[in-house]
Amino acid sequence: MAALFEGFTLCGVVSGSARAEAALLGVEAEREEDRVVVTDCGRSVTVYKVSDQKPLGSWHVRQGQSLTCPAVWSSRSGEYVAVTDSRVIRIWKDDDTTFEKTFKATVCADVARIHAAADSEPVVLFARGAVRMLDALLEAPQQPIEEVLSEEEVIRSVCRCAQCFYSCKEDCYLYLQRFNPNSLHKYKLETGESRARPLSLCATVRNQSIKLLCLYSSGCLYQSVLSMRGTIQDGVQLLPRTLLLRLPVEDGHLSSASVVSLDEGNLAMVGVPHPSASAGKEFLCIWNTNFQTLQAAKELTGRIYGQLWSYSGRLYVPHGKALTVIPYECERSSLATALGRLQQDRSDGEQLVTTVVSWNTLLHEDTIQHQKGARGVETRQSVRHRGNNVPLAPMLRKFTVVSFTAVPSLLLLLIIRYIFLSCVTRDVEMILSGTADPELQLVVGRLASQLVSRCQSDSAFYPHHTLAQLVHTRCVCHSLCPNLLMLALEKKDYSLAQLCLQHFPDIPEAVTCACLKAFLDDLQTENLEPDSVSFMEGMVAVCKRDGALENGFSPVLLEEDSCDVNAPTTRAKGKADWLVLDMPCPVGVKKAALLNEILQTAHTDSFLLPHLKDLTAQQVVLFLQYLQFLYLKYYQDISAQAPGLRSPTVTQIMDWVCSTLDAHFTVLVMLPEARDLLFQLHKFVRSQVRLICELGKIQGSLQDLHKLKQTEDADLYSIEVIELF
Amino acid sequence: MGEFKVHRVRFFGYMPSGIRCMSFNERAERLALGRLDGTLEIFNFKDSFYQEKVIPGNDSRSVEAVCWVAERLFTAGLNGEITEYDLENLCPKYSLDAFGGPIWTVACNAQGTHLAVGCEDGSIKLFEILPEKIRFERNLDRQKGRVLSLSWHESGTRIAAGMLDMIRIFDVQSGHATHRMLVDRGVSGMRNHECVVWCVAFLSDLTVISTDSSGKVQVWNAAMGILSSTHLVSKSDVLSLAVSKDESSFVVGTSEGTVVQFQFLANILGGDEKAWVRTKTFKPHTHDVRALAEIGTAVVSGGLDTQLVVRPLLDKVDIMSYDNVLHKIHFPHRSLVSCAQKAGMLLFQFPAQLEVWRLGESEGRGEFCLGTREKWIPFQGEDHISCSAISPCGGWLAYSTVSSLRVYRLQCDEHVSISKVPKLPKVLRSAHQLSFSDDSSKLFAASTHSMVHVISLSQSECKHLHTFKPKSGSTEPVHLLAASKDGKWLAAANRGCEIHIYNLHKLKPHCTVPIYGSCPTAMGIHPTSNNLLMVHADRQIFEYSIVEKQYTDWSRRVQREGLHKLWLERDTPVTHVTFNPRNAAQFMLHDTYMFCIIDQSLPLPDNKCQFYNQITLKSLSEQERLSHAHAFKMCTKYQHLLFLGLLDDESLVVVQRPLTDIASQLPAPVRLKKFAT
Repeated sequence: MAALFEGFTLCGVVSGSARAEAALLGVEAEREEDRVVVTDCGRSVTVYKVSDQKPLGSWHVRQGQSLTCPAVWSSRSGEYVAVTDSRVIRIWKDDDTTFEKTFKATVCADVARIHAAADSEPVVLFARGAVRMLDALLEAPQQPIEEVLSEEEVIRSVCRCAQCFYSCKEDCYLYLQRFNPNSLHKYKLETGESRARPLSLCATVRNQSIKLLCLYSSGCLYQSVLSMRGTIQDGVQLLPRTLLLRLPVEDGHLSSASVVSLDEGNLAMVGVPHPSASAGKEFLCIWNTNFQTLQAAKELTGRIYGQLWSYSGRLYVPHGKALTVIPYECERSSLATALGRLQQDRSDGEQLVTTVVSWNTLLHEDTIQHQKGARGVETRQSVRHRGNNVPLAPMLRKFTVVSFTAVPSLLLLLIIRYIFLSCVTRDVEMILSGTADPELQLVVGRLASQLVSRCQSDSAFYPHHTLAQLVHTRCVCHSLCPNLLMLALEKKDYSLAQLCLQHFPDIPEAVTCACLKAFLDDLQTENLEPDSVSFMEGMVAVCKRDGALENGFSPVLLEEDSCDVNAPTTRAKGKADWLVLDMPCPVGVKKAALLNEILQTAHTDSFLLPHLKDLTAQQVVLFLQYLQFLYLKYYQDISAQAPGLRSPTVTQIMDWVCSTLDAHFTVLVMLPEARDLLFQLHKFVRSQVRLICELGKIQGSLQDLHKLKQTEDADLYSIEVIELF
Repeated sequence: MGEFKVHRVRFFGYMPSGIRCMSFNERAERLALGRLDGTLEIFNFKDSFYQEKVIPGNDSRSVEAVCWVAERLFTAGLNGEITEYDLENLCPKYSLDAFGGPIWTVACNAQGTHLAVGCEDGSIKLFEILPEKIRFERNLDRQKGRVLSLSWHESGTRIAAGMLDMIRIFDVQSGHATHRMLVDRGVSGMRNHECVVWCVAFLSDLTVISTDSSGKVQVWNAAMGILSSTHLVSKSDVLSLAVSKDESSFVVGTSEGTVVQFQFLANILGGDEKAWVRTKTFKPHTHDVRALAEIGTAVVSGGLDTQLVVRPLLDKVDIMSYDNVLHKIHFPHRSLVSCAQKAGMLLFQFPAQLEVWRLGESEGRGEFCLGTREKWIPFQGEDHISCSAISPCGGWLAYSTVSSLRVYRLQCDEHVSISKVPKLPKVLRSAHQLSFSDDSSKLFAASTHSMVHVISLSQSECKHLHTFKPKSGSTEPVHLLAASKDGKWLAAANRGCEIHIYNLHKLKPHCTVPIYGSCPTAMGIHPTSNNLLMVHADRQIFEYSIVEKQYTDWSRRVQREGLHKLWLERDTPVTHVTFNPRNAAQFMLHDTYMFCIIDQSLPLPDNKCQFYNQITLKSLSEQERLSHAHAFKMCTKYQHLLFLGLLDDESLVVVQRPLTDIASQLPAPVRLKKFAT
């Protein structure tokens, strides 16, 4: 689980021109965790104490000179190193006040970067690819510097533990410079068909291997693992890569973005659009690569420069006119936290989005316009549109634009909008049949949430069959699509609600109670799951028969669609017998079937209790009557618990009786119509308790019998036959 | 190999008596054990903890304390008498009334010159030990309250006496009490109860250790008469105490069944200042631990739950071997059951009664029928039965106490009638072992001085035929007798490990089997080959050809190849040998936890092969079995075996006494361990 905390501005950014590529030359770590060296594009180097947002020292170059590479702190010598005018290396200490008096050395080639690793000598990377140790270089500043790169190659990005650069024309190459022994490896970076450029590189060293993350302009993040001790091969090798993330990109093209690896599973990105945010907003996102989920996001105002640094738990990102420091935290991620957080972010995202396109107006517009108008929605729904991969029929495309990105490893599917329900159904079927198993969950989850949000925004739109179909795949759960069940209730689609209750393992108690309330209140019958209904019919039939036979009282089986009943009031007044088991079913079979589903949901009593209190007194009485009915039935007829059929267990029934009584005890005591019910319940329970006592006694006596059986030595005398071999 | 019909008998209600006291003789490595019914048992710790001698108890005699004086054994009891025992004839030698009421304790000084006894009336009496008897010397100053425990200082000049609520130190010369050390009564609820000092031990550095009824173990300085330290080890009584010979550790036993060890250890590692520290706690028993001995490498404990436990102290053990593992001795190492093979009757020997049972007959397999208890024979007199036998035909029955020997005639019809045989020959006064010949015509009675009397039995009279005396002149009691089936040979083994073979036809000694260092525990003469088969306490098996007067080839092979390790490590001695009439090469042995059939025609198991291989063999086919079979066919199905015999119809009789049955007859323990308490 990763989180971004409230950020603060460290300093302003003075970018020379509005179109400048970078806001800062660099932010480098200083000796302490709390200190950074900020080199701006102009002429100054400043050391900040981050927590105090206070500069500790600042150095400026003279007019006419300029800094060409970020100043670094050399922990070996305790000095700062910077380069001015590409060729002059300057070294100074804290107590030097101006650059003028400091040490300087002029080298005979342009310096690209100075690179200071934590506990080693700074390394100087020249613009043409040569690498020197700083002290070796300073011994003979005028030593000749070889040219590694060809003319058209330019260093684009440098990582801490590897020098990476690529040529500009056709291909990108990764150069890996190792020290001890010095060697340079050249790898070719694949660009794929889309001719995507690598935008940002990030390398981490773990377990003797270099993990290289490379963000392409197509929004794909690839990981390459290079062994530190690999055999040295000459020539150019193709860099092996695996796709980690495929991020939604607006135009299939990112301009400037940066990626920083935070820990093994998490990475921070800037310049990549938030999957559910509207265009034109820039976000700093933390993604989990293990689960491919967005862990945290923070909106950044102003322009993004595609620069991002991370030192000791803080992210440094220049945007707009400021360098902002955002502390973050990455906990060890698990599937549950990853999923849970994703949901939260989605809802956050929805708050951000307000653009809702009116479907009806769009109907009459032509396709191009409609596409334009739908831009906002598209973005929000993380659409990527790649025309060459759209497999839908042209007829459909007239009204809908469904865009697939059929990438070999991961299929992302997005629905922009449908107009006809039939189309939705057909398309979803097509998608479901065409999607391989590992991707099904992702696809179904997205589909479901998209459909639900669509339904919520458009009251006329309700694809019952499609939703039921999605639930049937068992790939949807409540936390993946939190609004589905509530939507079903809202639409009074109780068969879908039943399906959800059956298939979702993670329904919150609040939602369970909402369902219970809705079920108790009214019931527009629909096609419920047949097994559950037949189970209830069987039970009611038993009830009917028994009633007729035993007491001469035949309860009227309530009409299926009539919602509730107060039948028991007619019954058993003044009857002396303490056990009246002929209670008729207080609700219709279909309602009963739905209530059974409620009884079978997983819940925790203490969480359930506050929500149960929301039930009205009438609802409680009805519910209790039903529970009592079930209980009596189970008591009468053990076979009521038919094997194979989904039916609540006695324990579940008892649990609900307890919870309901617990939540509404005072109300029930005061309520005159609940009196009979409570008395009967008490009588019955009392008799059961007596029975249990007796059963306990029997069990006690029979236990010894069991013991006897175990020891065959009980007999004093026996004649038996043994065989020896 | 074959099937056996087994009469599985569990109706022998044998109940061992609780252990009251014990004393270990360091020099002879023998442990004398006194039981609540007055029985004295002597275990030879050198010889696989074999129960060497049993002196049957007497109703009028109780054993409250037992004490070795060199090789002599003294006991004192609540009848007020001090008794010395004749260990060769296994009977009391003489008893001497101390005239002080019940005696609670007896202690001998280190020099072996005096016995001190503590009496109910508060007196401590000193007896001088003379070569053949003891003589009252004098009383120490009489105190109020009984004397429950005594301990001599090694100098022999002081005695510590544990009494009610106090410990007194006496000066032996003057007879005066020099110190009086009051013992705290313990927790408030117990204030009204006297604190009984159950045990005291006087160490050579003038430290006195006491254990008492309020659960305390206290260490006193007897020179100053002050308390050094108190250790609360139990909520109930601490009943027994034993100090190791080097006085570096002691153990105490509580009524909860635990044994706690204390060691005299330096406070700091390598420091000089030492203190008694509680180190280990065992729970070898379920009931009171009444008797304890610390014997160098092990703690021996016994108590009301009747078992004798030898628990090794692993910190004092250098090499793990058979002698240093936990031993529990539940049953006597002699047979209390005899079987009339031809009549299918069993004779059970109890301390004060005999029971004759007739085994049921079954038509088919697995049919259950109850054996019938035909007779139980109570007898007059206070002495307990030392041995008994029933003749193979079931017509005669004989038993002996230390003072008398009786022979009965049994008539087996519908009902069994019993009649005492009058006018027995005068030589038959008592016997250590009784046996009948195979045709039931002769009774062999092993008597004093290793003599064996031969009595001919007939309807009309009983006639003394002959008395065999061992050539060696040994006086050790005979504990095993075996007669050959053809009536020609009689073998008698005595506790001195000698086995003499007598010719019954010529009435002359035939030969003596070469003496083996371990006591024979079971023997039998083969019905056809007349080879004598012997099993010793160390579980070695020998076969001796009586005719050729030499060990047989098989016996030599066994000695050459050695027995299997697992056989040698078995815990209990073999107590009975029978021969399989179906197969002359097979004989059966049993100990408490198994019986086995040994097939002399099969190869002996070596240490590499699987010893308990019955289950493996069962799973193999006939052909494969042959290649896997070895001579020892072990059957561990029947546990807690007291007897295994073979009837004439070739069915086996197995007499079991499950330990749970014994435990169920014990009184409730003081404290039961409950889960999570």
